[in-house]
Amino acid sequence: RLTAKRLFSTSHSSVDSAEMKKFQLLAHKWWDEEGEFSALHSMNDIRVPFIRDTLLNMSSNYHLGSPLSGVKILDVGCGGGLLSEPLGRLGASVTGIDPLEDNIRTADQHKSFDPVLAKRIQYKSSSLEEIVEESMETFDVIVASEVVEHVADLEMFIKCCSQVLKPEGSLFITTINKTQLSYVLGIVVAEKIMGIVPEGTHEWEKFVPPEELEHLLKSYGFSVQTVNGMLYNPLSGSWSWMESTSVNYALHAVKAGAQGHSSPTGALSELESEQPSATAGT
Amino acid sequence: TSAFMAAVCCRGLVAPLGGWFWAGPRAPFRSVGAAAPLYDVVVSGGGMVGSAMAAVLGHDIHFHDKKIALLEAGPRKEYDRVPDSYSNRVSSISPGSATLLSSFGAWDHVCRLRLKPFRRMQVWDACSEAMIVFEKDDLDDMGYIVENDVIMSALTKQLDAVADRVEIFYGSRAVGYTWPLPSHSCVTSPWVQIELADGRRLQTKLLIGADGHNSVVRKEAEIKNIEHQYDQSAVVATLHLSEATDNNVAWQRFLPTGPIALLPLSDTASSLVWSTCHEHASELLAMDEESFVDSINSAFWSNINHSDFIDTAGAMFRSALSLLKPSGSAVRQLPPSIAKVDPESRAMFPLGMGHAAEYVQHRVALIGDAAHRVHPLAGQGVNLGFGDIACLAHHLSAAAFNGSDLGSLKHLLKFETERQRHNVSLIAAIDVLKRLYSTRLTPLVLLRTWGLQATNALPPLKVRISVY
Repeated sequence: RLTAKRLFSTSHSSVDSAEMKKFQLLAHKWWDEEGEFSALHSMNDIRVPFIRDTLLNMSSNYHLGSPLSGVKILDVGCGGGLLSEPLGRLGASVTGIDPLEDNIRTADQHKSFDPVLAKRIQYKSSSLEEIVEESMETFDVIVASEVVEHVADLEMFIKCCSQVLKPEGSLFITTINKTQLSYVLGIVVAEKIMGIVPEGTHEWEKFVPPEELEHLLKSYGFSVQTVNGMLYNPLSGSWSWMESTSVNYALHAVKAGAQGHSSPTGALSELESEQPSATAGT
Repeated sequence: TSAFMAAVCCRGLVAPLGGWFWAGPRAPFRSVGAAAPLYDVVVSGGGMVGSAMAAVLGHDIHFHDKKIALLEAGPRKEYDRVPDSYSNRVSSISPGSATLLSSFGAWDHVCRLRLKPFRRMQVWDACSEAMIVFEKDDLDDMGYIVENDVIMSALTKQLDAVADRVEIFYGSRAVGYTWPLPSHSCVTSPWVQIELADGRRLQTKLLIGADGHNSVVRKEAEIKNIEHQYDQSAVVATLHLSEATDNNVAWQRFLPTGPIALLPLSDTASSLVWSTCHEHASELLAMDEESFVDSINSAFWSNINHSDFIDTAGAMFRSALSLLKPSGSAVRQLPPSIAKVDPESRAMFPLGMGHAAEYVQHRVALIGDAAHRVHPLAGQGVNLGFGDIACLAHHLSAAAFNGSDLGSLKHLLKFETERQRHNVSLIAAIDVLKRLYSTRLTPLVLLRTWGLQATNALPPLKVRISVY
């Protein structure tokens, strides 16, 4: 089995060991809402509604009391479970994976006090590649929030996402653009000046411009539906949507359907077949 | 177990040293808190405000799969048909409160049982002719006089309708609360632990304190409360009018000892709320029925507190106003006269004011009298509580739809800010009014006389007050 894993993954995995070391030191601080991860806690105020409303718009059969009931979600790079828990509370069955064992331990402990969440969320210490084999086309939704700017091999990451996602499943990514502005705001101000994010968390070189991400997604059979800019206000500690994607942005893409069609809403994809598909989707 | 082992080893070490027995401190008992049932929200206090809070959440679509508990020390209160006589505890329900109650179907029950709409409020001074009249231009109902028992019955019915979501513990009193440590030191339970008088335990993600002005939740949470006992008690009674009338006006006259109010119950009956000093209140309760009725009529009709000076000054001001604003003073109606009081309906209760410095803490929120207590002179008490419910339910509903932790301070603080902004000025104004009208001192009487006359003549100010 070990051999198969090595053959399957290419020369390097998507997990960057230097990145892991950075997060190791913060593994116990996830759930302090006013601490190092406060910006991630408040990001829930826009990323959870974004995911929820996008999925509700695509579905015709849901209950507002448990809007994500029946949806299987993979939270890649779940950390301490900051995003997994709200998604679980909305009714989804969530699998949270993170390469760092300490993060998983924190996440497991935090969910353990709530019997409903404890049943709905499963955490696993693992990289994305390691679960591909047993999870082919298993998930309705993949969420990779504030993750792709930390991975070693982005192309492999996207490929694995495509493999574990069901046809017509949704992929949600939030990450940071690679621009002068994102260097100034995302690194200089956020890390060095205001301490919004612990210093050294991000490397500008690994930031991902949305164009590059979109191109990569298309080449692996995804159709990008939405790209929205996000802005953090350090004074109020809150996030909001903005036109420009120069700093932070959120992206929603849909995997091509079983026959190679993709959902009709939003942007056209080069992989779309000649006849426009009449599949479900709004 | 490790602590036990350490203790044994310790004794084992010490024993050889001359057998000196050292018991050492006992290891802290790690309670099996996980066994206690976990609720999403527990409302402590099943009065009008607590029951309405539980009902609103129970009927909220985003709380569809949540578990709510309501703790009430008393027994279940409900009736299908109203008793023939009126209860002596009534509330003035504002249109806003009526809207809240209809949002989850309780208002229909109230209407089916018994209520009295009123169109007009006349408020005047005992020391002068000054008067202010509130009424809506479109002759809509300004408010409704409803017996508290009727409201409770309606709330109980609507709680029954969501019994799968809201569990009510009657005859249950909370005797102890254990607060969780801040969320990030998550080794012990992050929930609020509640111990009931019968030994049962509950856990909850959010505790809502609706347990009245002596709130145990507020005290246990160590939230500071600014409070002040007035030197007044309110005397309530059910009265019968001398003759049947439309009776759609609420009357209030400010006597130097305190305001006396007549709230319509039907064409032939009204409810009395007379705030006065403790001694006078006891006298009123002790005197025979005829003298009691005489006192009430005299309070409304007598001009004994007028002085020529004030009357003249008031008349001058009024004519000055009518030059500036010809239609500036409304027609003075005469209050009804009372013939009889319902036997056994006389009661009294002490009055005070209070305001909690904070309405919320991590996993705790206060609503109703637990957060703020006012003088009944403005008929606002329960309406403030219903306003708290509307605001808190709005924020909790949004939080539930976002998958947030319900006890998180983030949205609780939004509720606190909104309500404190609304409540503080009103509570302060009521307190000022109470003090301003508790005197015979000429300058203050003059001030409030002119103030009242001016307010009566200025539509924008009046509209603002009545819309509050």
